[in-house]
Amino acid sequence: MSIDLDKELQSLGDSIFLLRQEIKKGKKELLPELVAKRKKFKELAKKKTQELTAWERVQLARHPKRPHTIDYIQNIFTDFVELHGDRKFGDDPAIIAGFAFFEGIPVAVIGHEKGKDTKEKIKRNFGMPHPEGYRKAIRIMKLAEKFKRPVFTFIDTPGAYPGIGAEERGQSQAIAESIMTMGSLKTPIIATVIGEGGSGGALALGVADRILMLENSIYSVISPEGCAAILFKSQEKAPEAAESLKITAEHLKELGVIDCIVPEPLGGAHLQPKKTYRLVKRALRKALREIINTPIEELVEKRQAKFYSMGRFTEV
Amino acid sequence: MGLKDLIGKFKGQKKLNIEKGEWIKCEKCKTLLYSEDLKKNLKICPHCGYNFRMTAKERVDSLLDEVFSYDLFPKIAPVDVINFKDTKKYKDRLKQAQEKTGLKDAMIIANGKIYDREVVLAVMDFRFMGGSMGSVVGAKFVRGAEFAIEKNIPFIAITASGGARMQESIISLMQMAKTSIAVDRMNKAGILYISVLTDPTMGGVSASFAFLGDIIIAEPESLIGFAGPRVIEQTIKQQLPEGFQRSEFLLEKGQIDMVVDRKHLKRTLYTLIKQTQG
Ligand SMILES: [Zn+2]
Repeated sequence: MSIDLDKELQSLGDSIFLLRQEIKKGKKELLPELVAKRKKFKELAKKKTQELTAWERVQLARHPKRPHTIDYIQNIFTDFVELHGDRKFGDDPAIIAGFAFFEGIPVAVIGHEKGKDTKEKIKRNFGMPHPEGYRKAIRIMKLAEKFKRPVFTFIDTPGAYPGIGAEERGQSQAIAESIMTMGSLKTPIIATVIGEGGSGGALALGVADRILMLENSIYSVISPEGCAAILFKSQEKAPEAAESLKITAEHLKELGVIDCIVPEPLGGAHLQPKKTYRLVKRALRKALREIINTPIEELVEKRQAKFYSMGRFTEV
Repeated sequence: MGLKDLIGKFKGQKKLNIEKGEWIKCEKCKTLLYSEDLKKNLKICPHCGYNFRMTAKERVDSLLDEVFSYDLFPKIAPVDVINFKDTKKYKDRLKQAQEKTGLKDAMIIANGKIYDREVVLAVMDFRFMGGSMGSVVGAKFVRGAEFAIEKNIPFIAITASGGARMQESIISLMQMAKTSIAVDRMNKAGILYISVLTDPTMGGVSASFAFLGDIIIAEPESLIGFAGPRVIEQTIKQQLPEGFQRSEFLLEKGQIDMVVDRKHLKRTLYTLIKQTQG
């Protein structure tokens, strides 16, 4: 399904690239073929985007070639200086944090990082943080508050790591504290879900004035697999669970949990990363403009009021 | 539903489950216990000291000497936010849980006195869909916290929860933020917030208001943690050490202030209130 379509798109993309090179070299007779292939590419990609099921979006959100936090830092920000460690136990490579410039404005950047190749994935624990990751994030947030710098977070994690050390060192406490810290941090915060927004481990970087979500990213209280295993009694029901959970950007916008959907290039962010960076940059710029001039007390009040208003119940 | 009806419902429930008198096997020492005796003993096994789970109403009765209200916000009731269906419809699960417990959802906000000190109690009931936190738990916690701020009285949460309520999906995840902001507001207002973790306190509840208490108390042998033990075992492909994620383990690791037996809980809370308030 999605993967086949993906392969088809990928090979079309490759042949378009080759054709363009040939044409550049002077083989003008290939032009009609290029036009036809481009048309086909757009059609397929559009079809793909429109027909995506929730489960297919899960695959896209987890696509190994999808841009990660590091890519956004390198392509959207300048002069990133990474800061390390929680000053208590260690440094968690599953979360990257530091200062940088966004279009000349000094800001703090914090995000989950899954890693690209096997070696890096292992080093970064597949983007699943330990408590020290969240404690590092809290540290940098407080620095940002101290120096009155806006905070940009990037969310991309299967979830906080379920392990012995993580529990021993207070995974729950670290996540709770990060959430509470963001809830009252006296500086503007913009969070962007770029891939997988997995449960509390994602929300720990997600309490923000503006919450953006890439078109093919997901954000959920539990992974579709986890939900399927518990409620559907079978992990194979993950596609159904994904549908039931309503975890796509569109659903989250409808539910009022996120503020803005960032469009992706046709077929997904990984097919045209450069274009993705441009689209994300534009969305971040817009979000920052919306909040940067609000007096900070008012901004925090609005942030708290927004989260206070989340929830649906009756009262009669 | 008025408060009287609510209490009436509780009473009816009691009749159904416990007062009809049944034999219960202690989960720890396997002794057969008469339910009526167990209830009189704060649901602690007289043989081995095992703490059975308490209903929210039983908990309130065990802590408050004077009850002003068993639930300050009895009208708040759950809705099926996203039309969720797994093997069962969420609506049906809710109805079932409501019939079983006589509660509208998994938390009640009680108000009354521990000896002579007025407090707000946010008490969870594990029988209601595993004490899971959805919109109602979030809303009630916030209202309870704001009530404590308004009246300038201590706020005590008694947790018992498997975590966030999956059936409300992302909305339930957001309750973690909502409740944590309520704790922050209590902090800023100088309100004492004690959280009492009982068996089990996991996931989204653990990783929000449960671990944000000024003082964190746990009942003996309670399972407390972020990830469930089975998930951890599957992830690390190892068996977990004996006592892992239990109260005593957490105390040893510096994650909680103390493990307090149910018999001493009320006295401990009272002492802490006197030591920090007024
Ligand atoms: Zn026993």
